[in-house]
Amino acid sequence: MLHIVNKSPFERNALESCLRFGRDGSAVLLIEDGVYAATRGNAVELKIREAMGRLKVYALQPDLEARGMQDAVIDGVNLVDYGGFVDLVAEHKAAQSWL
Amino acid sequence: MKFGLMVSEGPYTHQASDTAFKFAAAALEKGHQIDRIFFYHDGVNNATRLTEPPQDDRHIVNRWSALAEQHGIDLVVCVAAALRRGIKDEILPKGFRISGLGQLVETGIQSDRLVVFGD
Amino acid sequence: MNESAGGVDLQEETSGTVKKFMFVNRKAPYGTVYALEGLEVVLISAAFDQDVSMVFIDDGVYELVKGQNTKAIGMKNFSPTYRALEGYDIEKLYVDEESLAARGLTTEKLLVPVEVLNTAQMAELMDQQDVVISF
Repeated sequence: MLHIVNKSPFERNALESCLRFGRDGSAVLLIEDGVYAATRGNAVELKIREAMGRLKVYALQPDLEARGMQDAVIDGVNLVDYGGFVDLVAEHKAAQSWL
Repeated sequence: MKFGLMVSEGPYTHQASDTAFKFAAAALEKGHQIDRIFFYHDGVNNATRLTEPPQDDRHIVNRWSALAEQHGIDLVVCVAAALRRGIKDEILPKGFRISGLGQLVETGIQSDRLVVFGD
Repeated sequence: MNESAGGVDLQEETSGTVKKFMFVNRKAPYGTVYALEGLEVVLISAAFDQDVSMVFIDDGVYELVKGQNTKAIGMKNFSPTYRALEGYDIEKLYVDEESLAARGLTTEKLLVPVEVLNTAQMAELMDQQDVVISF
């Protein structure tokens, strides 16, 4: 399963719920305001680092750049462009958007 | 691979329709097929040709029409959601049509992947 | 709730294909339209003979609370529609145990019978799906 999160973790609990239900080995793609969760030096970083031990975490680079966060990405988060987003959807049996 | 998309938010307020468009364009560029994009909730507001953004901004509505024309994509607006929000046949942009929610379920059945873009 | 399924001719092309559809409800009713319009999709999906599940997570569990009375806010109370789902053969309603507990709710306070799943069970159910539509 590919889980897609587009909300800032500081605004809503979408990421938290997604991480709770994301099974080991599944993928989480952070897009739009969700990309703030892919950055270092904040209150959510530890949560993401823990999740990275069992989930593959991706972030949409164009959204990071738009928000000026491209230099603050946590090591080990995989950056993708829209083509990479398409590939992730194609590689997984289903995509779930945590709206 | 065949993709179906659902867009649940209107243009300009949420990024959802921008992301959906970028996703669609990237999928087509990779040789995938997009049969249908279904507009639901406030997403039906993508389907009015009365939209007039400032010159230096992207024209989200026309962008959908152009993509649909170029790649033969079926742009479907949910009738119930559309009527509630004043979206009617007489203001539909090129390439859009109004139909029932069954078209969304059908897209889920017929496409290999369905991706939801919303808030 | 009386919209036609639409594209009936095309519907024949889908006959024989049965996919696992999951409708994910994570939002409370009335504050936004998602719960109501989500329910409308679920009702239509019944016409396509698919394997449909509805799940209620986070504030989505508030959609099922008994005793909703919308008179004073002037909006339609659509909560009785959840009781009608059974008549459409939509019988798989799953509620997240943790979301329910976090809101001080129990199944007695819900207006339809549901199956309560713990996190692992819900995660497994999600993983089995072919199509996930979130509202």
